[in-house]
Amino acid sequence: MDFQLTPEQVVLRKEFVDFFEAEMKHAPEGWIGGEEEVIATDEGWAFHKEMARKLGERGWIALAWPKEYGGQERPIMDQFMFNEVRGYYRSPGIDVFGVSMLAPTLLAAGTEEQKKEHLPYIARGERAWCQGWSEPDAGSDLANLSTRAIKEGDEYVLNGQKTWTTGAHYADWCFAVVRTDTASKRSRGLSFLLIDMKSPGITIRPLPNMVGEHMFNEVYFDNVRVPVKNRIGPENQGWAVTRAAMNFERSSAEFFAGSKRLVEEVVEFCKETKRDGEPLSKNPVVRHKLAAMVTKATVGLTWARQVAWIQHKGGLAVAEASAAKVFGSESGQQLTYMGCQLLGTHAQLKRGSHWAPLHGSLETEYQRCVGLNFGGGTSEIQRNVIAWEGLKLPRG
Amino acid sequence: MDLDLTEEQEMLKTMARDFLQKECPKSLVRELEESDQGYSEELWHKMAELGWMGLNLPDEYDGLGSTFMDLALLLEEMGRNILPSPFFSTVVLGAFAVMDGGTEEQKTEILPKLANGEIIMALAWLEPDGSYEPKSITTHAVASGDDYVINGTKLFVADASVADYLVAITRTKNSSSPEEGITLFLVDAKSPGVKCAIVPTIGLDKQCEVVFNDVRIPKKNMLGELDKGWSLAKRILMRGMVGKCAEMVGGAQATLDMANDYAKERVQYGKPIGSFQVIQHYLANMWIDVNTSRSITYEAAWRVSENLPCIQDVAIAKGWVNDAYNRVTERGIQVHGAIGTTRDHDMGLYYRRSKAAELAFGDTGFCEELIAQEREF
Ligand SMILES: Cc1cc2nc3c(=O)[nH]c(=O)nc-3n(C[C@H](O)[C@H](O)[C@H](O)COP(=O)(O)OP(=O)(O)OC[C@H]3O[C@@H](n4cnc5c(N)ncnc54)[C@H](O)[C@@H]3O)c2cc1C
Repeated sequence: MDFQLTPEQVVLRKEFVDFFEAEMKHAPEGWIGGEEEVIATDEGWAFHKEMARKLGERGWIALAWPKEYGGQERPIMDQFMFNEVRGYYRSPGIDVFGVSMLAPTLLAAGTEEQKKEHLPYIARGERAWCQGWSEPDAGSDLANLSTRAIKEGDEYVLNGQKTWTTGAHYADWCFAVVRTDTASKRSRGLSFLLIDMKSPGITIRPLPNMVGEHMFNEVYFDNVRVPVKNRIGPENQGWAVTRAAMNFERSSAEFFAGSKRLVEEVVEFCKETKRDGEPLSKNPVVRHKLAAMVTKATVGLTWARQVAWIQHKGGLAVAEASAAKVFGSESGQQLTYMGCQLLGTHAQLKRGSHWAPLHGSLETEYQRCVGLNFGGGTSEIQRNVIAWEGLKLPRG
Repeated sequence: MDLDLTEEQEMLKTMARDFLQKECPKSLVRELEESDQGYSEELWHKMAELGWMGLNLPDEYDGLGSTFMDLALLLEEMGRNILPSPFFSTVVLGAFAVMDGGTEEQKTEILPKLANGEIIMALAWLEPDGSYEPKSITTHAVASGDDYVINGTKLFVADASVADYLVAITRTKNSSSPEEGITLFLVDAKSPGVKCAIVPTIGLDKQCEVVFNDVRIPKKNMLGELDKGWSLAKRILMRGMVGKCAEMVGGAQATLDMANDYAKERVQYGKPIGSFQVIQHYLANMWIDVNTSRSITYEAAWRVSENLPCIQDVAIAKGWVNDAYNRVTERGIQVHGAIGTTRDHDMGLYYRRSKAAELAFGDTGFCEELIAQEREF
């Protein structure tokens, strides 16, 4: 047992740190990070694309992939370190859908042609993806979906609606799960398709989140034509592909590293801010709250590393990754809640007000964090997974 | 980087688990809880034969020379099975105090016997105010000829009732900084003037009130430097904290395993209760608590083992595991229903121990303050 980074890891980590330290100085004013920051404004998107290009140039988007598809064949632990450092610096530049979900799916289940067609573009940060899974009547129960694709010659004709499609308004492509056998029920008769978002017949409508940010979309398909060759895996057997895609890369490292940063900022705030003539951080109640925040963020990051380690050795870490997800989103919520308590009356001040502490990041995060309990599978579903996979309990 | 246990470490754990399961059944645990002696001499000598007392001691003192990390793994198994014994006091606290602070003479006198199971030690730190802060050390040791004379009352001294030696943390000088003027002594427990009485505790774990009444101790029994004992005490504290974490992780795992098994066996409404989602989610939360506790504990133990700076890591681990273990045992009982509340059921053994372990070597408030100091809040 040895928790120390290897000498090579130390060098690599420093490279990451130096890069992000320098580059994040060019972030748009008041940048607080998060997926929302990337896709809610043109300025955020432009910064993301610029960072994606730079990361792509360095080969850092595809650290652990095979070389022939633009990767570097480095161990998963290197990728974990990258995710951790990037998360800490709140840098954009990684398209989570393309990099963390679709790419491993393609590597596992794509044809040679499909891999060549997409992976190098993802590795260079040139092609943005969105995830077309959820529908109005298919949330946790994804297999209840009804968007249908009818085969006509070498094309499918798509009709239906997806929802909550994060970033569809900037995405070049969408990976979707749709019903190809209309007589089928539930998980039978589904297929996994790659859809060019420029295809005629696609309509995108924004669905602002409670902050007012444009993140989600509703995506409508009206006789959209998708070549049959864009299907991953066999026809009507897309469920297995979908299930596998859910399981890739879920250590939540970036998230915990972001939490660690948030906690550091709240600590700084409490050290600098005086109440009744004394720094807030000298107040025992404040000290204990801050220490509890440090503890939560540290435990989370340590666990994320454990999950990555299991994946590094070739394990799927299904229950472990679910634990990281639910621990991450719930502790994220608790941290923003505690952070707001420490900011006091000023916690309500929005970004843009010169009175707002920490650029108003907590006011925003307090609203954003609730969504983390749903995206990528709700906290309840993650707990089901832990019960079934981790504890082998019977399905209800 | 390698986050896995070595093959030898896995073997140590398995061997310890099998041994304890066989040699220390819960019937014995209950019997020892109710006895005054509190441990089984027969079992103690078997443990010594396995080399456990000297696990971390160098070869020259009849030890096995393995790492503190190994000891933490052994403690995890002791926590899992529950082992009423003065092992923690003797090996995690006493032996290391002598290793860290002792003269060659003290080491040669004590350690080989300790490794062979012939010596039991206890740490006399806390006083009636129950605080680990240096300002709470008021028991005085005053020089008098070739001796020191100790006066004061210590409380929560685990295993003092069976100990041969006490490591007493005393004040030898009053100064403006409470960390200054603290000195440790090795006290022969049979010295005239030492009065020891077991105080009843939730863990039924033989913690004692120890009164020193003009106890004369030869100067050569000083452990470490005069007035500069606080740093030695702090190192003892770090090991105590991580050691408790390791025990707690084992206990939490055992609790989860029992509750998980029970959820699969116990049928209500025609189904195993483990098929009800509420029960599944309690168990899932316990699973998260157990596993995060283990990963944070292993890292802290490893840092202690490698002599790296560790105070913050240890404080984070202890603070987290304290609360996690309590949550786990509380839900463990909930999954069991009424049967879990009885004296005959094992759940209660763990439930009581989760409280005792939380309070030993730093409750969560103490750990949080330590983090605050380390991070200079
Ligand atoms: C920030 C964010 C980003 C997202 N991005 C995308 C995206 O890009 N693409 C995409 O396809 N989707 C996306 N989603 C949608 C996400 O996948 C769904 O929200 C999620 O699957 C849950 O579906 P639902 O919201 O319809 O809730 P429901 O499934 O209707 O659940 C409502 C409540 O019931 C509970 N529940 C449901 N089933 C069970 C059960 N079996 N046991 C116990 N409780 C249950 C849920 O846990 C929840 O508390 C995103 C969501 C969020 C919040």
